[in-house]
Amino acid sequence: MQLNDCIYICSQIAAYMELRRDIFQAIADPTRRAIIALVALQAMTPTSIAENFDSSRQTISKHIQILTECELLKQEQSGREIYYHINAAGMKEVADFIEPFRKMWDDRFNNLQTIMKKYKSKK
Amino acid sequence: MDRKTKIHAEDGKQDLTITREFDLPLALLFTAYEEPEIVEQWMGTKVLKLENKKHGSYQFETTEPTGNKHRFNGTYHEFVPNQKIIRTFEMENTPFDVQLEFLEFESLTNTTSKLTMHIIYRSIALRDQILKLPFAQGINMAHSRIQEIVSKLK
Repeated sequence: MQLNDCIYICSQIAAYMELRRDIFQAIADPTRRAIIALVALQAMTPTSIAENFDSSRQTISKHIQILTECELLKQEQSGREIYYHINAAGMKEVADFIEPFRKMWDDRFNNLQTIMKKYKSKK
Repeated sequence: MDRKTKIHAEDGKQDLTITREFDLPLALLFTAYEEPEIVEQWMGTKVLKLENKKHGSYQFETTEPTGNKHRFNGTYHEFVPNQKIIRTFEMENTPFDVQLEFLEFESLTNTTSKLTMHIIYRSIALRDQILKLPFAQGINMAHSRIQEIVSKLK
């Protein structure tokens, strides 16, 4: 492998690590996690998001801005209002948002299997 | 541990498919859907009613650690032992509309079997909302745990 290729790959990895670090910093904050949880259920305006917190509107706006810059949230203009949505592609960086749903079923089915194996041996 | 449960949910569709292979013969897998005491154990719910027949209905009740109770119910449209169940599923007192579920049970070998669960929601938005529920609950739980710890520090 050429030295140039090596430098290129290393810079790509560094850029990727940088991106990951930013995202994890973004979700390390409990208020930002709570914002993600709210918006995950339905698209919301900054005002409706802020109503759920005791913090000032400016503080919440700053959190929303950080989440948007990390591409965890995305904006959508609807008339005069801006709505924030979960950016599914961005959330994949953290963990596939379907994963908790899959895990819920996986846990249930693992239970089922364990219980039925015992049931069989009892018979 | 193997990730045996798979979710197939395409973008922009109002349905999804859950598949799972079990180290259980087909008959035992189906029994887990027939016997109320067993349903209670693996679903972590109380079974109020379970009528395993066409036009029969079922109702479950779960209790949260906080004491809140949630009820779920549905009606069987088909109930063919060791083959298939077609039923509706509804969470009571929630804004979520009823969903339609097609469960197919297959034998793979003498000791293994497969379940395919095809769920159809009223709209694309509703499917996506329900898919995100455990995700949002997970984040909320983490959030309230952090608040609990922080408030103890004060």
